[in-house]
Amino acid sequence: MRHFHNLHEMRHSASLANKVFIQRDYSQGTACRFQTKFPLELNSRMEQALFEETVKTLNSYYAEAEKIGGQSYLEGCLACATAYVIFLCLETRYEKVLKKISGYIQEQNEKIFAPRGLLLTDPIERGMRVIEVSVFEDHGSGSSTPSSSCHSSGGSSSSSNSAAPGAGDAR
Amino acid sequence: MHLGLSESMRDCEYSQISTRTSTPMETPYKKKTPKKRKWQSFPGRNKFYCNGRIMMAKQTGVFYLTLVLILVTCGLFFTFDCPYLAVELTPAIPVIGGALFLFVLGTLLRTSFSDPGVLPRATPDEAADLERQIDGANGSTSYRPPPRTKEVVINGQTVKLKYCFTCKIFRPPRTSHCSLCDNCVERFDHHCPWVGNCVGRRNYRFFYMFILSLSFLTIFIFAFVITHVIIRSHRNGFLKALKESPARYPFHIVSLLLCAYLSLTPGDTVLEVVVCFFSVWSIVGLSGFHTYLISSNQTTNEDIKGSWSSKRGKDNYNPYSHGNIFTNCCAALCGPLPPSLIDRRGFLQSDTPQLAPPTNGIAMYGATQSQQSHMCDQDQCIQSTKFVLQAAASPLLQQSVEPIILATCPDDGGSLPGRTSLSAGEPCNSLPLVGQPTPPTSNPNLSCHEPPEMLPIHGHGHLHNHGHTLQQQDPGVHHHHHHFLTPEEVPSPPGILPCGSPMGHNHGMPASFYNPASQDSLHEDSVRGLVKLSSV
Repeated sequence: MRHFHNLHEMRHSASLANKVFIQRDYSQGTACRFQTKFPLELNSRMEQALFEETVKTLNSYYAEAEKIGGQSYLEGCLACATAYVIFLCLETRYEKVLKKISGYIQEQNEKIFAPRGLLLTDPIERGMRVIEVSVFEDHGSGSSTPSSSCHSSGGSSSSSNSAAPGAGDAR
Repeated sequence: MHLGLSESMRDCEYSQISTRTSTPMETPYKKKTPKKRKWQSFPGRNKFYCNGRIMMAKQTGVFYLTLVLILVTCGLFFTFDCPYLAVELTPAIPVIGGALFLFVLGTLLRTSFSDPGVLPRATPDEAADLERQIDGANGSTSYRPPPRTKEVVINGQTVKLKYCFTCKIFRPPRTSHCSLCDNCVERFDHHCPWVGNCVGRRNYRFFYMFILSLSFLTIFIFAFVITHVIIRSHRNGFLKALKESPARYPFHIVSLLLCAYLSLTPGDTVLEVVVCFFSVWSIVGLSGFHTYLISSNQTTNEDIKGSWSSKRGKDNYNPYSHGNIFTNCCAALCGPLPPSLIDRRGFLQSDTPQLAPPTNGIAMYGATQSQQSHMCDQDQCIQSTKFVLQAAASPLLQQSVEPIILATCPDDGGSLPGRTSLSAGEPCNSLPLVGQPTPPTSNPNLSCHEPPEMLPIHGHGHLHNHGHTLQQQDPGVHHHHHHFLTPEEVPSPPGILPCGSPMGHNHGMPASFYNPASQDSLHEDSVRGLVKLSSV
């Protein structure tokens, strides 16, 4: 299999073959957690340990975001005292962690997934229900799409990936 | 016949989905001059203002009523009572009153205007993946269509996740589909017309603070209005004081009870006091009820259905509770505020496959023309079987089912007018409307529904509390709401047959209503026979 150097190149020269969905793990409550079970579809593409580590890291980030502790109490009480007006101008901890997560996913994509022809989608773009892993197939030479339009396409979709959507409510 | 139909249906759904997803990656990205934001093509039935910053339910009339009542009451209090009390007693009264008022208003607007925790619908890929899983799990051994539920174990408690045919997802735990807004809402509490929005995971704390502060405000105003009357009566005599207290006092009451206003005659003190008393209690009672819910980490939805009540079994407990009251309260009120999942201010991209053009309230994900025609065939078929079945079974079921129907019918009326039903659903859906004005008695209403024992299954927790007083007065009543949803949800074999499975039931139905086991087997047998008949 050809190795891709970066995300852009992969989007140009490969076509989407399949999508694998990692479902949520509800065994410990409704907090956001994803199943760490390795999907068989990725067996030929990557090592189980690498994948599991990525999901575990993501889970720990989400656990950090949803942790109920001193900081969240402080934030909650402060917000309550201002009749929740403060949320209009203050970024919550959850949002900060989400930015960290999308940065992490971007980084993992570039380092681990893209070279293997895979692509992670930030769960926030899928309503936190699934981690979507797109499996790309190598077309060898960059298929039938014209290169000029490809460039803009690649650029725009990668920017959409990096921006954390839903970062704020009613801003 | 049915098997063949549903299989071909699935096939067509797959092919459609796969073509859709593969094309966007290859089609060149076209630059659109007017960039559309995502809220403009939001599939649910919501209203958006301020370019997507504000999100409300479609019907907002009652919300404006709430707003006007609060404003009028407080306006009267601040203009007529406060100046006198500030001079006679202490200037702290208008200050505290003003602060409370601002807090109430702030939390009300926050509740109404924010996203309650809507789950975005599945992308075609995700939906296709789920379909594949469902098919794989069920195989094709029998003609029985797959029961669309999935069981997960949460903190040792088994919870059933239901498949949402509109959103094409297995609803996560505690999520319910609000049929007024046509969205799946996380940690769905109820749809509150008074605030003009669903109350769910993201705005529950705002809602709670709203009713709590409103109850403080009503007590505050009530107390000081009475004080005002008492002080004046000490000065001038009671009767004169009452004469001086003009028609404004009824207004104080109005915001509290939100009804009975018209029946009040100004100056009728006894009635005022009585109404005032009850109205204060209704708001205070409501906040008390929600305090109980918060402290046990339940939703109104779960409480009314009795999901975690010990009546359902010894081992039944609430898996979401943190164990003690204090932690539960803190988690609900001071926990981290989850982000909105429906990025409604984001820009639409031409290559995002999830964005279907907004249809008038009906989700059309993956529903192609051909699929719908299949649905029509199926539904007509089912329709005919249904009537035969009802004719046969209704004498048996009539008595036992009546209470349930009584509870469901008023709700149906509320949700029906908003639904534009396709021709497939109409023979079934339009009938209850005709029967609405008169309270349901027996047979005519039975015939306009699905086979009666289906009701509890379809009415899983779509509850519309059209008034808080109602919900708080009898939390034991089962608001089983028969929701008429998209054509996919109108009884097709997947909807009917799973009731034969033992898991399909137990939605908090007390055993005293009817005996599901015997009627199920009866029903299943007759359906089986009739399906065979109709396929000939």
